[in-house]
Amino acid sequence: MSQQEYPKIYLYRRIVQAKLFIDRNYADAIDLDNISDEAYFSKFHFIRLFKKAYGKTPHQYLTSVRLEKAKLLLQDQKPVSDVCFEVGFSSISSFTGLFKKVVGQTPSEYSLEQKLRQKSMQQKPLGYIPGCWAEMKGWKENSNFQEAE
Amino acid sequence: MISRLSHASIFVLDQDSAYKFYVDVLGFKVHTDAQFGPGMRWLTVTPPDQPDLEISLMAIAEGMMFNKESAATMRDLVKKGTFGFGVFECKDIYATYEELKAKGVEFSKPPKEEFYGIEALFADDSGNWFSLGQKK
Repeated sequence: MSQQEYPKIYLYRRIVQAKLFIDRNYADAIDLDNISDEAYFSKFHFIRLFKKAYGKTPHQYLTSVRLEKAKLLLQDQKPVSDVCFEVGFSSISSFTGLFKKVVGQTPSEYSLEQKLRQKSMQQKPLGYIPGCWAEMKGWKENSNFQEAE
Repeated sequence: MISRLSHASIFVLDQDSAYKFYVDVLGFKVHTDAQFGPGMRWLTVTPPDQPDLEISLMAIAEGMMFNKESAATMRDLVKKGTFGFGVFECKDIYATYEELKAKGVEFSKPPKEEFYGIEALFADDSGNWFSLGQKK
């Protein structure tokens, strides 16, 4: 696509590269000032364009990526303290507080809920699959599936 | 009276590959991923802002749903791009287009102003195609 057909293509590419940088490096101590420098923007201009594209400031986006990654690790039953540092938070209390504020549960509560869900899924799989699909695929006839019926 | 759509299915050639595409590339969230036995994996994902719409990534496999011949035919049709699954919306189509392109997604139509909004077309890793739209 030529630049004439595409409005402000160079701006979009720089914003996208900044977003992908956060996606790749969320676990490190990212200095968002450096990202705006690398994107050749003033900090204010960078934040404004980023928010326009993604609906969040770079800092809000970084936090959301860290929390989503934390949820995945907690689903795998990793200890809360390990998860906290692994996704880039530097304090367990701030991680726990932020997690509860956004997710509505503490990391420990979330981890336990996920553990129970996984156990329930293994024990009663048909509770998680619409019956029509399970029937079409012949899964209802599998002996492992009888417990849910 | 029907009130809402809760589940929809997309036939995919390979569930592992589809998982990577929908989760790692498109940024969808895994709702349920349960392996109940050989060839029995229930994998559903949700668009980031629509956590109650489960999209089931269904493997095309020989079984009760498809016999050997129809499974082969279905795989062939999906690969050829016969099926258009639906329309995904985004807040900023140019940013989304640039990001997905940087991640290797193939677009058959770059963002273009239409009378109903801005639209682009892309295909998933199996060949199913989608419209990507930003409303005016």
